[in-house]
Amino acid sequence: MEMRQILELVTVLIPLPPFLAFALIVLFFNRWKRLSHSIAIGAMALSFLMAQFVFWTVVGWGGEALYEHPIAVSIPWLPSADTALEMGVFVDPLTAVTLFFVSITCLAIFVYSVGYMHGDPRYSRFFAYISLFATGMLGLTVADNLLMLFIFWEIMGLCSYLLIGFWFEKPSAYRAAIKAFLTTRIGDVIMLIGIAYLYAHTGTISFDAILRNEEVLHELAITPSLIPTLSVAAAVGLLIFAGTVGKSAQFPLHVWLPDAMEGPTPVSAMIHAATMVSAGVYLVVRMFPLLAAGMEHAVGTPPMQAMALIGTFSAVFAATIAVAQNDIKRVLAYSTISQLAYMVAALGIGAYVAAAFHLVTHAFFKALLFLGSGSVIIGTHHLQDMMEMGGLRKRMPVTFWTFLIGGLALAGFPVITAGFWSKDEILAHAWAHNPVVFWALAAGALLTAFYTMRQISLTFLGQPRSHHAEHAHETPWVMTGPLVVLALFALFFGFVGVPEDFPVLGELIHHNWFHHFVGATLGHAPEALSFNPVPLAISVGAALLGLLGGWLVYGRRPLAEGGVDPLVRWLGPVHTVLRNKYYVDEFYQLVFIQPTIWLAGAVYRWIDLGLIDGILHGAARLGELWGIVGRWIHRYIIDGGLVDGSARAIGAIGREFRQALQTGQVQHYLISVLFFLCTFALLYLLFR
Amino acid sequence: MIPLSWILILSAALFCIGLYGVLARRNAIAILMSIELMLNAVILNLLSIWRYAEPTAATGQAFAAFVYAVAAAEVAVGLALIVVIYRNRETTDVDQINLLKW
Repeated sequence: MEMRQILELVTVLIPLPPFLAFALIVLFFNRWKRLSHSIAIGAMALSFLMAQFVFWTVVGWGGEALYEHPIAVSIPWLPSADTALEMGVFVDPLTAVTLFFVSITCLAIFVYSVGYMHGDPRYSRFFAYISLFATGMLGLTVADNLLMLFIFWEIMGLCSYLLIGFWFEKPSAYRAAIKAFLTTRIGDVIMLIGIAYLYAHTGTISFDAILRNEEVLHELAITPSLIPTLSVAAAVGLLIFAGTVGKSAQFPLHVWLPDAMEGPTPVSAMIHAATMVSAGVYLVVRMFPLLAAGMEHAVGTPPMQAMALIGTFSAVFAATIAVAQNDIKRVLAYSTISQLAYMVAALGIGAYVAAAFHLVTHAFFKALLFLGSGSVIIGTHHLQDMMEMGGLRKRMPVTFWTFLIGGLALAGFPVITAGFWSKDEILAHAWAHNPVVFWALAAGALLTAFYTMRQISLTFLGQPRSHHAEHAHETPWVMTGPLVVLALFALFFGFVGVPEDFPVLGELIHHNWFHHFVGATLGHAPEALSFNPVPLAISVGAALLGLLGGWLVYGRRPLAEGGVDPLVRWLGPVHTVLRNKYYVDEFYQLVFIQPTIWLAGAVYRWIDLGLIDGILHGAARLGELWGIVGRWIHRYIIDGGLVDGSARAIGAIGREFRQALQTGQVQHYLISVLFFLCTFALLYLLFR
Repeated sequence: MIPLSWILILSAALFCIGLYGVLARRNAIAILMSIELMLNAVILNLLSIWRYAEPTAATGQAFAAFVYAVAAAEVAVGLALIVVIYRNRETTDVDQINLLKW
């Protein structure tokens, strides 16, 4: 077989092993815990190897060559009348990079789960679910059309629901699961409408046929849509972006993500940081040519403007909330919303490569941070409130150092962390394209560095503030191992994307690999920005200032046991608003949920009880009246012994018969239905 | 191409399995699932006959899609009913659900 054919085959097979693992565990091996996790990890490792094989091979080809001849294979899937929906795989540079980070983070999280879920009564089921989830993510990555992408997208939505509610004995967990499912559903339905609209106009939903075809894009960009002033491309772009808003938890559909922290921590790491929420951003990165179709110079298209607006707002909005949270995982949840918003905003100003770059680095360091927080939770016997932690540095050294690396990457600590390079690239683009976005994102970066340092100080520095923190212990190697691996990526991955004209380092590395490789997804790598020291200085300044601020407030004089967060004193009522997440949940409760319940109650009372039951009761009443009349007639007109007697006899027989037949059990009724049906069928066949 | 009769036999078998489930199972959810099986057998029947008789018109598929949509709504209502019954009577066993009689 030729190399290309082998690659096509391997790409098709990538999502399969985890799915088989899911089926095997659910159907056969639910009872055997060790066997279950071995199957799940083995299958994931197989997918990992295949994904890496594909990635490294196409890296060898280079971005332009892969753009010219992407790995693409498809089969007709849903033949309908004279056309057929196709199903297949498609690997271009963006897909290859996504496969790379998804397979690494998934494998790390699978291994880590062995330690975290140890002793859980539904251990096997957990591994079944995350295997199915991995299928969803890998399948979404290699999918070659929007419908397939949507199907895998929904598989992940299902897994997310199942895993958030994994400990469904807790009311908060199942409520969070339902909330996550319903909230993301809003975005998904709008997105499905967008896909259908696109299909109605182009007759295809294949990425290859739409995104890489200038004519189609141009056609879509000049055709007016149903909404005046919007072209079809813009309308479809906005609708599809709604899916991202739901999945990547952007304002106003962000409310589900913090509550999703009710799930086990590996789930938070995998679904709600590294992969599923990234899928939302991946979608808009993937669809970027369509979103940007018909762009005039400098002025973005309507979808891009929407992305810039929502991204910028969410970035700052979520960062301010994160400052006032005390739950170690909730802080990370809000930082996830904020960092995803950076990517969305970056796309909004056209910084395609920067968004993809931050997508990858963020997956590494955020998975690391979540797994680190999980390690803290296990080490302190399920403590989640940072106010009760402290002093874990000496007690959990590996967790501390890896968490510190993750935290610095999140804060964008200069040069040595991956987060710096990607965030800096976004900020540099923002500086060049849109000053408002730039200053908002820079403020977000400052806040990010501050709450990261706050979190590290409260958790690891100072003295323990509770009994459990006092007796914390380091977690086993299955948990710390993945932390170390991810920490390496959080440190060094950034060096694949160093701008070529960056002082010293740029000359040293001399090749902005990420820019050239991923940029080639668009056909020609976009012009790299020339180096500008001003945004760089501001971004470094924001990161260092935030870290320093966090250190001064929380690190230098650590909180004593039972101490009050200094921010509560300084910010006063503002802090209360932030701690309560701007009361968005309460607002939704008041505006959407209560009226819905009220409407249901009203419909029940007026339509069900009033109208429908009213008709029934009316009919019954009529029957009763008729009966009274009948009784009168009987009593005074047909009141003869013979008539009465025979009537009574028939009545008695009828009663017996009725009691034998009318048992109230639905299956007995069904049997009589079946009996008479068969009898009539027989009669029909005999006498027709 | 697979002979039409094979598919019809498959569909009949599916229908009978569903019918057996409806009559023999005691769990209301299992009964609902069996009903779905019967419904799917019917759709399979419809689709196969469409495919063999009139493959160029998309009406058969469109009709099947409608049936699926309606079936989904039906499942939602059915499950909701079962949940309500469970809340009131603490059981989904249809033998225990026999209040609707003389």
